[in-house]
Formats: sequence, C-alpha cells, structure tokens
Amino acid sequence: MRLSKAWIVASKDFKTFTKRRNILYSIVYFEVFISIGLPFLIRFIANKPSAVALVPAFMNAFSFWFVIGASLLPVGIASYSLVGEKVQKSLEPLLATPTTDEEILAGKSIAAFLPAIGANYVGAVIFAVLADLFTYRQLGYLCYPNWNIAVILFLLAPLACALSVGCNVLISSRVSDARSAQQLGALVVLPFGAVYVLSEIQVLTLTTSHLLIMAAVLAVVDAIVFTLVKATFKRDEILTKWK
Amino acid sequence: MNMIEVENLTKRFGEVTAVDGLTFDVAEGEVFGLLGPNGAGKTTTVRMLCCLISKTSGDARIAGYHTDKGADSLAIRKMIGLVPDNVGLYEELSAVENLDYYGKLYECPKGEREKNIAYLLKMMDLWEQRDQPVSNFSKGMKQKVAIARALVHDPKLLFFDEPTVNLDPESSRVVRDLILKLKKDGKTVFLNTHNLDEAQRICDRIGILRTKLLTVNTPEQLEKTIWGSKTVIQVEEINDRILAAIRKRKPQDLGVDGNKIILTLADPEVENPDLIRAIVSAGGRIQYVTPLNPGLEEAYMKVIEETE
Repeated sequence: MRLSKAWIVASKDFKTFTKRRNILYSIVYFEVFISIGLPFLIRFIANKPSAVALVPAFMNAFSFWFVIGASLLPVGIASYSLVGEKVQKSLEPLLATPTTDEEILAGKSIAAFLPAIGANYVGAVIFAVLADLFTYRQLGYLCYPNWNIAVILFLLAPLACALSVGCNVLISSRVSDARSAQQLGALVVLPFGAVYVLSEIQVLTLTTSHLLIMAAVLAVVDAIVFTLVKATFKRDEILTKWK
Repeated sequence: MNMIEVENLTKRFGEVTAVDGLTFDVAEGEVFGLLGPNGAGKTTTVRMLCCLISKTSGDARIAGYHTDKGADSLAIRKMIGLVPDNVGLYEELSAVENLDYYGKLYECPKGEREKNIAYLLKMMDLWEQRDQPVSNFSKGMKQKVAIARALVHDPKLLFFDEPTVNLDPESSRVVRDLILKLKKDGKTVFLNTHNLDEAQRICDRIGILRTKLLTVNTPEQLEKTIWGSKTVIQVEEINDRILAAIRKRKPQDLGVDGNKIILTLADPEVENPDLIRAIVSAGGRIQYVTPLNPGLEEAYMKVIEETE
C-alpha cells in the first residue's frame, strides 16, 4: 500500500469538508462544549465549598468526554466521505484509477480520523489548562496532566475513533444517504456514553487500570471491525452489492 | 497490434448471467462500439475491462496485460481513461480541483498535470469557468469535465459508457466531435451506446450485444450482411415481360412496390448491368437504379428481434 496515494484521497476529502460548513461546525460546537463548557462546570462545582471534595472525581469522569468525542466526531466526516461518493456516483471513476482498494480505504479513514483526533487534542489541551486554572486554588495541585487523561487521549480516544470510522464504513456500504449513515453511525457512541454515565453515578470508577482494560477490549473490537471493513471494501462488492 | 483482446469472457451474478462468452478484439487506434438494449451487459463488459469487477470465466487482456491479475490491473488502470454513464464529479470542487485530484491519482507529474488540465479545459471551452464549483455547471459542461478527467493523464485507451445519454443534441454533438478528435489523435476508443446514429457516425466497428455478442462488423458491412444487397429499380411502368426478364436472372428475392422493383442478388455489382440490359430489352424505361440502404437501426432491430 502506498501511503502517498492514501494521502491524495484524504487531502481531497479535507478540501471537500472545508467547503461543507455543517461538518466543520459540528466539530467546533462539540469541542467548544467539552473544552470550555465542562471546565466552567468544574469551576461552578469547585466554588461550592460542600462539593470541593467531588471535584477530582468529576474531572476524572469529564475526561471521558474525549473518548465520546473521538467516537462521535468522525461520524459526520466518515459517513459523508463514503455515502457522499455513492450519492455523487464518483466511486466508479475513483476505482478506475490506478489506486488499490486498500489505498482508497486508508485515505477515507485518514480523512475521518485526523480531523476528529486533531480537534479532540486541541480541545483536550484547552480543557486541561482551563480545568487546572479553575481548580488549582481549591485543590492545591494541578489535576492535569495525569495518567488517566494520558490513557484516554493516547490509547482510548484513537481506538474509539478508529472503531467509529470502521463502523461508519460498514454502515455506509448499506445505506444510500448521508443522514441515515450519520444516524446509524452515531450509535457507536452509546457504549462510551454508558461508561460515562456509570462513572458519573459512581457505579464504575475510571482508574488507569480500568481504562487500560477498556483499551485492550477496544483494540480487539477494532481488529474485528477492520477485518470486516477490509472484506466489505472490495471493488467487486462496492460496484455490485453496495446499495 | 490489438489493444483489447477478449476470449470467452463471462460474468455471472449469482444465477443471472450478465455477459456470456464474449470474444472480440479491438485494434490500436480503432473506435469500437458496443450496441445493445438496456441490461444487455454493456456496462458489465466495460467494468470488467477496466478491472472494476472480476470476471467469472474467460480472459480479457488490455495491451497484453491480464485484467484479473493484481499488478497487471494497476498497469491497465494507469493506461486507460473511463467516462462512466454517471459523470461522478465532486460537486463542491471546481473543474480544476476535480481534474487535479484525478491527475494526482493517475500519477501524472505536477508540471504535466497542470499543462494537461489547462489544455483540456481550453479545448472543452471551460477555461473561463475553471474555478467555479462543478455544481453550477450544466449537464453538458459536467460531461465535458468527466471526459477531461478521463484524459488528464493522456491515456492510450478510453472507455465511454453511454456518453451522450441525457444530453441535449448540441452537447451530444460536442461529445461526438470530441470522440472523433480522439480517434484522429490515434487513441483507441471503446464506446458503449444505444444511440445507433452515434455508433454509425463514430465507430470503425460495432458489436451488437445482448448478453452474448450477436455480431461484430463495420457499420456498412453490418447493414449489408444482415439485409443482403438489395437494389431498387424504378421503371416508368411495370409489366409481366419485365418481371419475367428479372425472374430469369434468379434473384434471391423479388418484390414490387408501385413502379419500384426491389430485389436481392448474390452479387449486385456484377449482376446489375446485365439485369438492367434485360429490363430495357423487355421494354422497360428505367428511371432510377439505387442500392437499398435500410440503415443501421433496421439492421440492429433485425438482429435483436432474431434473438427474442
């Protein structure tokens, strides 16, 4: 597989997304919510003397939003990237170029993965700086960086993002409009949302070891999903069986 | 040298046979047309030749490369250009951006790519609109961009799948003229169409496909072999003596329509002078002698009807 070819495919998709404001706005709105909105919520809690003791637990749980973000943000891009090609009927001329199926798939995956992870990292830096700024006086120490957010950002978030991209490729092969693809693709967020809720209601504690176990499970799921994706993304299948 | 060689090529989708045992070849520089009704297997054939879908059996080679071998299929795709039945352009991108993207995918070096894009857009009268999103273009303009896209890497062989379908007559003419220009430039063109007039005007040879390849020939020979060589002789007045004189020459078939005699002879170019002499000797006053040209459409319909 030639990465240069995959990069050409991805670059074209980046160019397309900059012209589709709704995709850009959905990323920006979400990141503003988690990187600025959540620290202000932490500040509100930290300013209540009775709730100060809960602040570290809240901050820990809120960090998990970056996993949710990593699984949610690629949905719009990945679904548009493939369903858009189907709707515009551009897959046939694309497949007729001297580009392999793997290169096209890698390009489409990079196009969905990089902006989502990039936006997530920018949001994480803003979130960590603001959260530390708002809680340092009450806690007396800087909560971030810590091992939990490191595992979240560098293991769980990329794995969740890859899972979302993979699932969206599978979904895109079965639906014929971007809206349906997005609605179905967004379901990938549910397990991560459930983990977040369980941690908020303190049924599950997000310790570093728990997060590492989650990452291991996610890596196995990703491997299964990408095996299915590779079997689905074959030119014969695309032109004759994709709806 | 043959650019395309197809032997017993078959494609089945489950129980359905889309293409059954095609055998033909296309010479370098030739414009070959594949005619057939909807669902005849034309698009499936093009897709197999462009390495987009696999064959079930048989063999297909493009410039000696096998369409079903991994490395060969990349080499084939590098030397061909495809204009599919749906233009498949990126509507948000401009004409230049669309062509540049494909130029990169076809591994065309930057300088050459820019030169080709400028040349093609000027040739297609799209240079002024080059930076506008393709979504603003008319159908004809989009079709021109799709053709330019297929030419951006200067391929040796071009596949056109129904290039004028849904186009107005003016745009269709532009597309036809472009194909003729490509032919002049020595490109090999494989044209899928159900527009008989288009096929007759453009193609050196035509194949009629209905899952199986029913016949392959030049448009002129196709008319001739399917209809035989008919001659129409218009005389001032037909009488029994004239008809008897004609029957003596044992025509394959003889009909009368008003004052016109329509007959088929095995070799009209050799037999007609004697026949005319015989008619004149029988007292016939000949007004016109013309070969009957039923047209490709009639020939095509006859071939298709014979398979039903």
